[in-house]
Amino acid sequence: MFNVQRKMKCDIILCGVGGQGILSIATIIGEAAMNENLYIKQAEVHGMSQRGGDVQSNLRISSDPIASDLISLGGADVIISMEPMEALRYLPYLNKEGWVITSSAPFINIPNYPNIEDIKAELAKLPHVVAIDIEQLAKDNQIPRSANVILLGAAQKALGIDYATLENAIRSVFGRKGDAVVEANIKALALGREAQK
Amino acid sequence: MEKKLLLGDEAIALGALHAGLSGVYAYPGTPSTEITEFIQLNPLAKERNVHSRWCTNEKTAMEAALGMSFMGKRALVCMKHVGMNVCADPFVNSGMTGVNGGVVVLVADDPSMHSSQDEQDSRFYGKFAMIPTFEPSSQQEAYDMMEVAFDYSEKQCLPVLMRVTTRMAHSRAVVKVKDEARKENEMNYNAVAANWVLLPANARKRNDKVTAQQAQLEEDAANSPYNRLKLSGKAPLGIIASGIAYNYVKESGVDVPILKISQYPLPKKLVRQLLDSCEKVMVVEEGQPFIEEQVRGVFESQNILGRLTGELPRTGELTPDSVAAALNAQLSENPKKLEIPEIPALVAARPPQLCQGCGHRDVYTALNEVLKEYENPRVFGDIGCYTLGFLPPYRAIHSCVDMGASITMAKGASDAGQWPAVAIIGDSTFTHSGMTGLLDAVNEKANITVIISDNFTTAMTGGQDSAGTNKFEAICLGLGVEPEHLHVVVPLPKNMPEIIRIIREEINYKGVSVIIPQRECIQTFKRHAKERKQNS
Repeated sequence: MFNVQRKMKCDIILCGVGGQGILSIATIIGEAAMNENLYIKQAEVHGMSQRGGDVQSNLRISSDPIASDLISLGGADVIISMEPMEALRYLPYLNKEGWVITSSAPFINIPNYPNIEDIKAELAKLPHVVAIDIEQLAKDNQIPRSANVILLGAAQKALGIDYATLENAIRSVFGRKGDAVVEANIKALALGREAQK
Repeated sequence: MEKKLLLGDEAIALGALHAGLSGVYAYPGTPSTEITEFIQLNPLAKERNVHSRWCTNEKTAMEAALGMSFMGKRALVCMKHVGMNVCADPFVNSGMTGVNGGVVVLVADDPSMHSSQDEQDSRFYGKFAMIPTFEPSSQQEAYDMMEVAFDYSEKQCLPVLMRVTTRMAHSRAVVKVKDEARKENEMNYNAVAANWVLLPANARKRNDKVTAQQAQLEEDAANSPYNRLKLSGKAPLGIIASGIAYNYVKESGVDVPILKISQYPLPKKLVRQLLDSCEKVMVVEEGQPFIEEQVRGVFESQNILGRLTGELPRTGELTPDSVAAALNAQLSENPKKLEIPEIPALVAARPPQLCQGCGHRDVYTALNEVLKEYENPRVFGDIGCYTLGFLPPYRAIHSCVDMGASITMAKGASDAGQWPAVAIIGDSTFTHSGMTGLLDAVNEKANITVIISDNFTTAMTGGQDSAGTNKFEAICLGLGVEPEHLHVVVPLPKNMPEIIRIIREEINYKGVSVIIPQRECIQTFKRHAKERKQNS
């Protein structure tokens, strides 16, 4: 069906708290993957769970046809999380060599939120973790609404998608919102890439 | 051919538009809502003036679609699985009347109840209404099958039920779509009154006709390109997989004889061919054991495996893991167990909750304040965001059964002697199924207090228009609620003393009182503020 130059497969769990904007990360990756002529499946969660509860999306991209919309346990190559405790919730899905790219700032809307130091200790046990205070970084750089794209920039290497392809996807996804929005998100992507190094 | 990244729901919507759709009729319900929303925003649909306004409930939707079909045009009805219960009367009887223009009834089931109160499987409705049923297994099939379904509906003069599940409705994939849409049907007067007037004498004839038609429908299913039998000589295990479950079987990578089912009535001929060449057959289907029960029959064959025999989980959604484990257990001597890390113990549950600034919060705060004065108050809840009032910190409701049940259950409880009996229902749920119950209560002067918590939208499903906006006082008065026991308040912390006083007084009134707290949903409020900013 597609012209694909190289073999690739990346299974991604996107997660966070309802309303944090994980679906716009998914939209950019989906756009980029489609422009690369890759196969895509992306299972989202809508409805009741979006009201401040935990949310996740399974995003699968591959040079070969994909059967299941859902990722198998131990099958994810990357977890991209807008919230550090939420990253831990999906560890059963992460493969042994998988990456966790997460925001380090807790989103506390429950009374029994654990100690953040304990969460950091759990994250530190994993082989490949990038934790960034994306909200702060976004504020410091005057792009407060693009924190999620910083996270995407930090995940770029783990995703195995070319940087330029993600940039182009941002242009087409945000294009109708005007140049200022596009530039803010391009800047966010670059900040994320730097922060990951 | 163009490639588009589409949700299953969007693929369905576009497939219907490209098949010459003239109207979609629906009430919002997860996971079916995005179908109608897609059509509402689609340029072609706008250009053609395709009907897409939300209906008051699934029954009015189904009946309006039948009206459009009666006039020769193609109509789509969309709903979530429990919506089928609401429109069951016109749906089942549409199997008797048949159709003129094509009708597709799209129902999105929600196994594992991500956003629902049960996991009923809509394929059973298709079977007992004797209506052919389609079950696509991919977004591409969903798009392609829509045109096939409309054509088939007109060819057989019957509606077609198309069933999807959450993972199809809410999952995106690349779909190849046509460049051009078919023309809409012209209006015509071909509908035969004798078919549509279901007087017993007419209905009996129709019943004989449709019953006789079933053999042809099954034959068509056996020859359907969407039902595929792949045999490979004699085998110890074969698989019957339907809809999205077929993908989990493919994902597992097992290579055994397989019958993929995406069109019903169940083609017994193909099932028999598979059974003849396999020692055992596992039935892998999303939802309830619909195929499995038919294949097992009353003889309870030991060679049919599935949800009924415990190889697959009896309830809940299938996953690639549960399907792979079930297949491996049959196919390998020593199935290896994958070592899966546990979720760290410190991870706390994060349940959904009412938004900060939501008016329902103020309503529950006031209600709880009054009800703590009583020993045994009972609050009958309903379907919507405010069902979350069951959870801490409010713990405010004692029931939530189906759309509209708050008012009628409060009335029944009052009939039994309960006081205070309070009903809390949202604006959209009230017009969907609450108004008739309120009339019952008014007619009997039931001793209940009804709170219609009006946020000007159908909030739970993402903020769709609500049928009764700005009409609630008039509706209540029209149903006979006494003007002095009908109150409109604005649920804000600053108005708390007034709201508390009104609730207290009306609980003490021996008759039907209605209190309508009115304040826009905080989510749609934010969205509207953003739109205003963008437009200015």
